[in-house]
Amino acid sequence: MLKFTLKRLGYMLVVLFIVVTITFFLVHSIPGDPITAMVQDLPEETRTVYLARYGFDQPLGVQYVRFIKACLCGNLGESLRYPGRKVIDIVRNYAPVSGVIGGLSLAIGFTIGILCGILAALNRNKWPDKLIMVIAILGTTIPTFVTAAVLQYLLTVTWPIFPTTGWGQAKHIVLPVLCMCVGPVATYARYMRSSVLDTVNQDYILTAEAKGVSQFRIVTRHIFRNSFLPCITMICSSIAGIFSGSFIIESIFAIPGLGKYFISAINDRDYSVVLGLNIIFTGIYILAMLLCDILMALTDPRIRYSNDR
Amino acid sequence: MSQIKKNPPSDAFAPGDFEIVGADTAQSERFARRPVTYWGDALRRFRQNKLAVAAFFLLLLITIMTIAVPMLSPYDYAKQDLKVRKQWPSADHWFGTDDLGRDLFTRVWQGGRVSIAIGVLGALIVAAVGCVYGGIAAYFGGWVDMLMMRIVEILSSVPNLLVIIMMSIILDSSSIPTLLLAMTITGWCPVARLVRSQMLQISRSEYVMAARVMGVPPLQIVLRHMIPNTLSLIIVNITFRVPGFIFSEAFLSYVGLGVQPPNTSWGALASAGQANLLFYPYMMLFPSLFIALTMLCFTLMGDGLRDALDPKLRR
Repeated sequence: MLKFTLKRLGYMLVVLFIVVTITFFLVHSIPGDPITAMVQDLPEETRTVYLARYGFDQPLGVQYVRFIKACLCGNLGESLRYPGRKVIDIVRNYAPVSGVIGGLSLAIGFTIGILCGILAALNRNKWPDKLIMVIAILGTTIPTFVTAAVLQYLLTVTWPIFPTTGWGQAKHIVLPVLCMCVGPVATYARYMRSSVLDTVNQDYILTAEAKGVSQFRIVTRHIFRNSFLPCITMICSSIAGIFSGSFIIESIFAIPGLGKYFISAINDRDYSVVLGLNIIFTGIYILAMLLCDILMALTDPRIRYSNDR
Repeated sequence: MSQIKKNPPSDAFAPGDFEIVGADTAQSERFARRPVTYWGDALRRFRQNKLAVAAFFLLLLITIMTIAVPMLSPYDYAKQDLKVRKQWPSADHWFGTDDLGRDLFTRVWQGGRVSIAIGVLGALIVAAVGCVYGGIAAYFGGWVDMLMMRIVEILSSVPNLLVIIMMSIILDSSSIPTLLLAMTITGWCPVARLVRSQMLQISRSEYVMAARVMGVPPLQIVLRHMIPNTLSLIIVNITFRVPGFIFSEAFLSYVGLGVQPPNTSWGALASAGQANLLFYPYMMLFPSLFIALTMLCFTLMGDGLRDALDPKLRR
């Protein structure tokens, strides 16, 4: 197990390094320099001073080495648009906000989705199944920004129950979480339904029924446990998406999270912030994937042995 | 026990009661009716799925409308008319007008052109690249396969949305080709994996082994067995990927990285409508409705196609 973990960890570091390198060279391959991209008619002298200040006048190789060194020290660069705003500070201050919203909506969406999936599978082709599947299909086909806009319109304008935008109090969390729940609920309901349907046809369920195990116990002990395993793969990629998945929701509800800053950095063409946040997002994603691999190996010995060999 | 009926005595039939009919070899080799081909069978199964057929025809209708409306409409999609700004839907402007007085009915269908074109083209490109890549990896195997799959693994360990965003910034995407490039640059990885595993599975199957034993050349095995058996999987995959591309484009346009004005797409229209949502909800309603409708149709059609083309997957 330890060997497996270390192997995955080493692999993860290599991947992260490659991604950082590629991203760096991609960003620096943009024609023109970042200063000109932001401010059009700057006097030549001012431009040179700015270029020297951010080190853009150095050869690309020197810039790269400097960047990697800074990254290793935990310094991911500084905003070009707002001098003094460091990427690492943005992450430190606003990642928890994104984490709360994303984590909460994933937890709620996951629970409801799994329950709906089981309910649908156990009532196959009856009305609860059909109702849940219709909701699930609608949930996957309607874009998030539409759901968000409609909910915002209905619950803040038509029936003013919740505040439109803002952050700081519990009531501000409700609407964004509600919008972000829809996707996970739909995905997990569909996934869990087919997984349960697979499990129900297994021989051990028949055995359990034959030896007189109660229906409730079959569902909780046999069906749930075994059909839950494949969902772990899904939840890990969802966890990876917690921080990057809420871009639109955060900008619609004006929540000061990472996604909002990422979007505004894109619109400002603030390359250093985009680069830094991109590395953070990728790092979180890869880390979540690593956790997922370990979790899978812990719960399913077959994976552990096929990888260890 | 005595109730059991006894067999008729053997002398009840005389040898003359039987007649030799004979077996006509030529007759038995003839097909009584046309053989059902794989695709014919799939079509029959697809037709039985009413929902999928309805989705198919609705998609066809939407596609025809996106082609026809911008050509036939009396309004130009980019023409501004400040005298008729922000008008609610009426007989003149069926979907109303936006804040620069452009006719939304024309714009929605013009946007549909872009959205659907990106969705379909994106899925096709991804499928083509993925097939070639996965096919090569599966065909050569060994270290080629390992190297190629490692590359895929690294590429897919970056969140897809981030790659799209980065690429659109770098390419400064405003036209459809650059947008497509940004969206497909790592998008083919899942398809490559899928094709590879399917091809490996087929090449291990009994009928391919039988073909090999009979001395069928490799190229013919690939053409006759590998490709047709992977094709159905790919077709289903394309159908399921189209909504993803439409959604990514909508997201990009929403963020401001997608199609630039005066050209438009459903995502861009919805984004523009969002600003006026509180007072002119129709501006957002129509583009959103068509995004949702198109995605729904592709999902339903994909479900139908999957059931029709791959009976093994059916539940």
